[in-house]
Amino acid sequence: MPINLRNSEAAVRENRLGAITGYNGSIRELAGKASGCSLQGKERCFNQASSCSSGCAQGYLSGIRDVSIVNHAPVGCSADSIAGNVQRKWGETIRGWERTNISLFSTNMNESDTVFGSTEKLQDAIKEAYRRNEPKAIFVTTSCVSGVIGEDILSAVERVQEELPVPVIPVFCEGFKSKVWSSGFDAAFHAILTRVVKPPQRKTNKVNMINFRGSAREEIVQILARFDLEPVFLVPFSTIEELEKLSESAASISICGTLGSYIGNGLEEKFGVPYIKSLQPHGIAGMEEWLRELAKVVGKEAEAEAYIAEQRALVLPELGEIRSKLSGYKAVVGMGPSFAFNYIRVLRELGVEVIWGTAWHFDQQYDHGACPESVTFLSQEDDLPISVSDQQSFELLNLLNRLKPDLYVSRHGGTSVWTTKMGIASVMVADEYSAFGYQGLLQFGYRLIDALTNRSLAKTLSKRMKLPYTDWWLQQDSFAMLEQEEVAPL
Amino acid sequence: MTQWVEQARHVCSLGSLQTALAIERTVPILHAGPGCGQKLWGAVGLNNGTQGAGYLGGHTVPSTNVGEREVIFGGEEKLRTTIANALKIIDADLYVVLTGCTADLVGDDVGEVVRSFQQAGKPVVFAETGGFKGTNYWGHELVIDALIDQHLAEAVPQVEERLVNIWSVVPYQDPFWVGNLREINKLVAELGLIPNNVFGRGGGIQALNRVPHAQFNLLVSPWVGLKNVRHLQDRFGTEFLHYPVLPIGPTETGRFLREVGAFAGVDSDRVEAVIRRHEDDYYSFIEGSAEVLLETRLLPSRFVTVADSFYALGISRFLVNDLGMIPETQSEGIAASVRFTADGGWAQQEIRRTKFRGRPLLIGSSWEKTLAAEVKGYHLSVSMPASDRLVMNRSYVGYDGALSLVEDIYSLVLAEFQ
Repeated sequence: MPINLRNSEAAVRENRLGAITGYNGSIRELAGKASGCSLQGKERCFNQASSCSSGCAQGYLSGIRDVSIVNHAPVGCSADSIAGNVQRKWGETIRGWERTNISLFSTNMNESDTVFGSTEKLQDAIKEAYRRNEPKAIFVTTSCVSGVIGEDILSAVERVQEELPVPVIPVFCEGFKSKVWSSGFDAAFHAILTRVVKPPQRKTNKVNMINFRGSAREEIVQILARFDLEPVFLVPFSTIEELEKLSESAASISICGTLGSYIGNGLEEKFGVPYIKSLQPHGIAGMEEWLRELAKVVGKEAEAEAYIAEQRALVLPELGEIRSKLSGYKAVVGMGPSFAFNYIRVLRELGVEVIWGTAWHFDQQYDHGACPESVTFLSQEDDLPISVSDQQSFELLNLLNRLKPDLYVSRHGGTSVWTTKMGIASVMVADEYSAFGYQGLLQFGYRLIDALTNRSLAKTLSKRMKLPYTDWWLQQDSFAMLEQEEVAPL
Repeated sequence: MTQWVEQARHVCSLGSLQTALAIERTVPILHAGPGCGQKLWGAVGLNNGTQGAGYLGGHTVPSTNVGEREVIFGGEEKLRTTIANALKIIDADLYVVLTGCTADLVGDDVGEVVRSFQQAGKPVVFAETGGFKGTNYWGHELVIDALIDQHLAEAVPQVEERLVNIWSVVPYQDPFWVGNLREINKLVAELGLIPNNVFGRGGGIQALNRVPHAQFNLLVSPWVGLKNVRHLQDRFGTEFLHYPVLPIGPTETGRFLREVGAFAGVDSDRVEAVIRRHEDDYYSFIEGSAEVLLETRLLPSRFVTVADSFYALGISRFLVNDLGMIPETQSEGIAASVRFTADGGWAQQEIRRTKFRGRPLLIGSSWEKTLAAEVKGYHLSVSMPASDRLVMNRSYVGYDGALSLVEDIYSLVLAEFQ
């Protein structure tokens, strides 16, 4: 199902990309079936709390510097604004900026609102958000409650829009509509693509750098300068004015294939801004493909080859030393799909043997219609065992208890604690630019060596900690709760 | 109509999943959307004194992750399978089923599902905590009442003399709950009473089972929990003492100990001896740091609290009655204006309008950090969200807790200009 920017909301990933959250098999099967989009996801008869689209949508949008978010929901749905505010401060700190709070309002829906509706309160909250903070745009995020009771958000927003000088933009991200929380990124990008980005007035040498917190800004500025290009980092820490001009850029690239698919392809389809469809720039193979594809689009192939040769000469000897220290170690990877499949490759570049990969979901195709490039790449190497689970820790801990790797490499908060309690050295990739390119790869290698060298925290903790699972469960097949019959999407 | 909220300082009733988690080896089972748990523990847990998942929390929490299918066709069957498998997979003593908005709106008969497990002798209770129904303070009370009605349904009270159930701050919502409850336990024990605390380490199902047998319930809270101690009185005939202020510092803690002692029939000489010993200790520290309290350059002038009523009241009384400071505004007297709101953005606007003489001390949450910079104040996070602090066993209650608070405030002042 292609991107449709005429609709008021983005289709969820299950319907648009054939996304699944339950699978146990191998990388070759995954890649093979994905190319025909014939993989059917499996349900589980036991689940643990995962995450939802609204968290991704409003967390991502609230990172824009000059906007307000109005969440039409009970107060608990805006609880993530606290984590969002912590992220904001971190990003401002690494940029040396003054620290500010994000601006997020909850309409604080109560029981009578669920009976009688509360679009008037929503309109008042939108006006109050404007009065207090004078944002350049207001995003109105929906919730399970607003969705289930059928609040007419579009009309309410249209009415209040007449009174306000800045765009008021609905973002449809009800948590119950998708099991894939990344659908929330698409909801956010849909809002940006349809209501913020303006038609280009001119073409610039900017590159839309689709990312999260942007820690590697200085490095990216330097790299792109070699091609006479300048990055514009989106979406967190950008401004509405910067986002309005995304259509003028020479290309879009993304640190995460999951994140970038909708906006990258949307900008290409609507405004002709080429989206670089390559491996992500983690490690050497990723960086080189990313650069070459970008260079092709902007006609700078020779510059790219020169840069690649120069960097290789700089890092390869040191990489050899790191590989010798890491060889023989076995690792399991558990991350969102783009990071999981890119970091498996990165770990192999560092000499680590990856024995299992788990992705928090799997998109059978991206919005440009192809199986994720990172999966195609891996399927041409060994046939690695792969499972897909939306952070179902009972399944993963059972598996790790059986596989007993030396190292567990994860992404997403909380996931490294499980394995540390099992005595396994754990590295959590919080920063999306860990292992970025050549120097990042070396640094990541040293981080792994450190984690494997002193495992005292994991060792001492695991002696005293009990896992929260019964012995019965730990002796079952890891995928016993994955229902055997295949479930077609709704 | 409820007011909108900018800058959340509490969450919805489903936030009481953390109340269940605060009972050792107790696990909540959410019949709720996929992201409810993560948002809620992220706010009142991880980003509030960095309180992590612990044994059973975080992504370990079972959940039906209600999706489109359950919204359309109902989720009772999915809940039934989830509970049945949770009993097999999760190693816990007690399973607390909590509903979210979707389940309550769709009208799933969760009570019927849970009762079928109860009838089979399984340790499962439930509460309908759909987020639109109230706050996590309210949800906390709801969960405790559910435990009284369902887990203790068959209990027959056999009063154990001197046994006192302790009910106070809301676990996790108060980032210092572990330390604060320990300190209240310690003070009560020094009076010769036997504190029984359901929450925190050493409590759990054993402590819960002892609740009906207490001589009395002690509620140290402005209002949260009043519903529960009244319910316990109706159910088991247990008397209660409601002490509405979190006792911080010698003045309030002395008053607290005397009142508890009188209520419990503790000999007043014993009470006075406990107070004297603590005061001697407390004042020797204050005497020893009097120079810094009186002579540091750039001492804070006035103070403002932006906190829930536990801390707004408790901390203000301490700073006014014991430390000689003057309140500017409290979201709670020396007669100061007290404003009540759930809308933190509004509270901050009011503070911006205040003309401070000198540098104020802002005691609140991490939302106030940027405001403090604006008004050139000192800032200390004590209430949710205290995302800028790592809290383990620190307490602000009693004599030692007050000393910790003094340490934290004046360390801020000293560190700031050095």
